[in-house]
Amino acid sequence: MGIKILLQDLDQDIFSIEGYRAKGGYESVRKAFSMPQDDIIEEVKKSGLRGRGGASFPTGLKWSFLDRKSGKPRYYVCNADESEPGTFKDRFLMEKIPHRLIEGMIVSSYALGAHKSYIYIRGELMWIANRLKRAIAEAYRDGFLGQNILGSGYDLDLYVHPGAGAYICGEETALLESLEGKRGNPRMKPPFSATVGLYGCPTVVNNVESIASIPWIVMNGGDAYAQIGIGKSTGTKLISACGHINNPGTYEIDLGMTVEEFIYSDAYCGGIKDGKELKAVIPGGSSVPILPKSLILKTAAGEPRLMTYESLMEGGFETGSMLGSGGFIVMDETTCIVRNTWNFARFYHHESCGQCSPCREGTGWIEKVLHRIEHGHGQSKDIDLIVDIARKMEGKTICSFGDAAGWPVASAVRHFRDEFEAHVNQKGCPFSC
Amino acid sequence: MRPELLQTFDELVACYPEGKEKSAILPILHLVQKENDGYLSVAVMDEVAAYLKIQPIEVYEVATFYTMFKLKPTGKYVLEVCQTGPCCLVGADGIIAHLQNTLGIGMNETSADGLFTLRGVECLAACGTAPVMQVGDYYCENLTPATTDALLTEMRDGTFFARMERENGD
Repeated sequence: MGIKILLQDLDQDIFSIEGYRAKGGYESVRKAFSMPQDDIIEEVKKSGLRGRGGASFPTGLKWSFLDRKSGKPRYYVCNADESEPGTFKDRFLMEKIPHRLIEGMIVSSYALGAHKSYIYIRGELMWIANRLKRAIAEAYRDGFLGQNILGSGYDLDLYVHPGAGAYICGEETALLESLEGKRGNPRMKPPFSATVGLYGCPTVVNNVESIASIPWIVMNGGDAYAQIGIGKSTGTKLISACGHINNPGTYEIDLGMTVEEFIYSDAYCGGIKDGKELKAVIPGGSSVPILPKSLILKTAAGEPRLMTYESLMEGGFETGSMLGSGGFIVMDETTCIVRNTWNFARFYHHESCGQCSPCREGTGWIEKVLHRIEHGHGQSKDIDLIVDIARKMEGKTICSFGDAAGWPVASAVRHFRDEFEAHVNQKGCPFSC
Repeated sequence: MRPELLQTFDELVACYPEGKEKSAILPILHLVQKENDGYLSVAVMDEVAAYLKIQPIEVYEVATFYTMFKLKPTGKYVLEVCQTGPCCLVGADGIIAHLQNTLGIGMNETSADGLFTLRGVECLAACGTAPVMQVGDYYCENLTPATTDALLTEMRDGTFFARMERENGD
């Protein structure tokens, strides 16, 4: 078991601010105020922390892009719109340790010079939004929010803003549109949010888990954080594991553990449920390529696959996948890959914002064709047709939703073509579904 | 609108910078939907538009974009069962079938007694505690046919929300 940065003291009473502070909570706010803002940004850069929402862009670098010379107000926004199928780690963190996120919001807002910050949480998590609001009230009461925090002269107001049901609002610019009270349609980029973000002002948007990692980095230094993990996969990562496993749940791992250990160790997934065989894994949320057992446990070159950004990508789209959001979906031998792919295709069709034709139309056609394959009405040319549609969405839309909707389809056909063919040849689903 | 409700609107609007009142539209619509028997009628959307000093179409286009807003009357309890991949791996289809059989309704239908509306929704970020359904502000997780029946009984008895509020400190 490695070090715990995000879930440390989870077994203690750290839900209330008293309990959280008794374990050293909010100390990073005091320390941050003793540091020049540029030094904090430098420590985050040194840490190598990469955006934990799924895009894995270096957080410190993102911070350094913020336009601090425009003279406009700057905004700091937390992306708590966790909606990627298979992903429930941010929800777990906010539900159990709301103060970890609030502490991170304060330190990060200070480092970036924001005086109004927002936590955009998906509307379905209303009871967690309420927990956050109560925790924020505690932080105001103890002097960590409001005017002249801890006598530093720094002012910050922090608000919780609920969404209302839209996967696309997890996309940074769609989130900002939504926060402005509009439909969640992603914006054309450039300009990027760092210069033209919320209300046309410089804005940084970070994921819950990324923000919750900041207090530890401020307290212990970026170098200490970078010592955890392997190569450019530094620090710890929350992995939410689900599907056909014995121990579904949220785990904090040091980046670098083998996938095999993560799946089979009792400390994590605990192996496949009911003694069945592993068939396939989607390791980073539904948008990343699916891998069969042979390629998730070992790379095509025969190296053990590791839980790192680089190792999971090893082999590119031919034989690799991505760490993504850390939504780890495990499927046993009884799973029908066609049905599962059709299910996700329905999800993407439902969630497409409709702004770009390739995505709006493409997701609909993929769902329709997959439905007919699964239900025994497919033809063998349909298999190439869905791959062709997926390829024609890729890179041709305002945001990366088109790619995210296409990759699962293309990878499912690449690795499980025989199952698609069996559906066509047998005129129905060979599995009992 | 009730005066107390308008006061809450003022508090919500105060969370955003001056001139950016429209930002409060999602929190306000959540509130209004709850007050208006669980759905947004054209009349209440028009009232929200008037309050925010925006065109009614700006409210309609938002209300129709986000899936949590209902534009038609619903049953007292809207059972929103997650039907996305991870939930289906561990039995969501069976829970949906069980609810359909028990309540005698199909998807997007309301039971004759007006108590239950059944809907399929997309990933609720509860894949580790699947199958899951959302009812009002709360999640019911690790569903089995037996626990689902127990929840329906609580809803028929009118004790469901009181328990959820108590357990969540709301």
